[in-house]
Amino acid sequence: MTNTLHRYSEHYASESPPNPQAVKDDFIVFAMASRGINDDDLVEKYRVFLRLALKHHPVNIGDATKGGMLRPRQDLNPKAHWKRSQAPNPEAVIAGIEGHTTVAAVFDNYEAMKNFVNEIHSVNLGISVNISAPIEAAERCCRETGITRHSVEYSLGFCGRVDRLPDATVLELSTMCGHGMLSAQLVKKMIDWVKENRRTPAEVSSTMSRFCSCGVFNTSRAERILNEARTKNR
Amino acid sequence: MKIDPHKCVACGNCLPVCPMGAIYIDPSLNRARINTDECVECFTCYRGMSKEHLNPTFVRAIRKTAQFFRFRFDPEPDICPTDAIVPEELSWPRLVRRAFSDPQVPHESTGIHGRGTAEVKTNDVTDRVKQGEAGFVVEFGRPGIGARFRDIERVTRALAELGVEFESNNPVTSLMTDPARGLIRPEILNEKVLSAIVEIKTRLEDVPSVLKLIKELSRQLATVVSLGVSTRCGGAGEEPLQEILERQGYPTYRGKTNLGLGRVTNQ
Repeated sequence: MTNTLHRYSEHYASESPPNPQAVKDDFIVFAMASRGINDDDLVEKYRVFLRLALKHHPVNIGDATKGGMLRPRQDLNPKAHWKRSQAPNPEAVIAGIEGHTTVAAVFDNYEAMKNFVNEIHSVNLGISVNISAPIEAAERCCRETGITRHSVEYSLGFCGRVDRLPDATVLELSTMCGHGMLSAQLVKKMIDWVKENRRTPAEVSSTMSRFCSCGVFNTSRAERILNEARTKNR
Repeated sequence: MKIDPHKCVACGNCLPVCPMGAIYIDPSLNRARINTDECVECFTCYRGMSKEHLNPTFVRAIRKTAQFFRFRFDPEPDICPTDAIVPEELSWPRLVRRAFSDPQVPHESTGIHGRGTAEVKTNDVTDRVKQGEAGFVVEFGRPGIGARFRDIERVTRALAELGVEFESNNPVTSLMTDPARGLIRPEILNEKVLSAIVEIKTRLEDVPSVLKLIKELSRQLATVVSLGVSTRCGGAGEEPLQEILERQGYPTYRGKTNLGLGRVTNQ
């Protein structure tokens, strides 16, 4: 699955501006074991991966079969409308790993991502590790950590009926859940609520994050985009 | 998926949550309903929304009172107050919708969660895409539009005529009656999914012609297509694909980089 590949930015606009803004707050590192090759003791390997990630303060971690640090609850009571816990629960992600899955850590700065990659390199878990980010940043990270990259996959953006796509701000937010669980209509509603001061960017980011079923939604980038959108006609 | 009319209080919270916009308030019932033709069984409404388990009669009474006084209640946007969304048992061919739309359901064909294979994410141990080769991931319906298999088949038929190799472990390939001709099982052609990925492999020199064909065909579809292309790097991490793509005018800003840390560890 290409769930982190096609995260929209100005670089992928159908008429891209001459100097698109660099994305400096969205770096994902994920790990995946292969059946019969390196899936011995894989639950422990995944747990080590995520525990090491936590040392570098990721904005989200996730298990593709269960979700991220913020998840929907089945047992809310009406008090939730006035006081709702938005506290992420990384330990639940780690404890919930049961078997084959993809585990991911999302960082909002290059240094944290690089330091994590460096540590994962030295631990040598034996499972496949990928960076999903601007290619240049990943290349630089490999250079600085002494890693020779093995394979690359480029996002080439969208074609076909692009006239049916929502506007750029909505796309920037909704494509952070690559599986498409975060609907464009909900994102639009959340942007409007921020503009109307009915919710804060942090609250809205948490709400959107709960829909991402593999935990790769970047709440920090979302807050930045929402803060920018508040005062603009984007 | 369906909405239980005895429980629904028409609060409307589930309407924007649906990635396909398939939920609406039926004015004759004053209850939320699902357009089953547009619903892709992604389970976002059922699983993504938090739930209270309030008494529907009580909630309706409060809503009516507030409505009378024109009070606006500002509820959390992702809560179904009465747990009114109910999954239905799916039968063939409709169950294809869930298999391709709900990422938490593993495909029988791949054994992994998601809509495609591991692509080059595990290329360091599988060597699926070799040096000099290009692996394509052609994803229909993403982001947020959805796709019907009849649109997907238009492209797979044209790709088959070009002589490309379809990834055998891919879920769409597993639904082909004749991969050599790109034909998909006729009974699923009208089924709509959130997205579906076709994976093919070619030589690097064929990348421009394949991309040109996909781009031309995509203009005739009712949906969008997301394109990804991968290759294996050389011994020093170098690769010729980026230059090929940029020469064709494609953006290569973002991507996945396999760090090559995987190895055989099973005894």
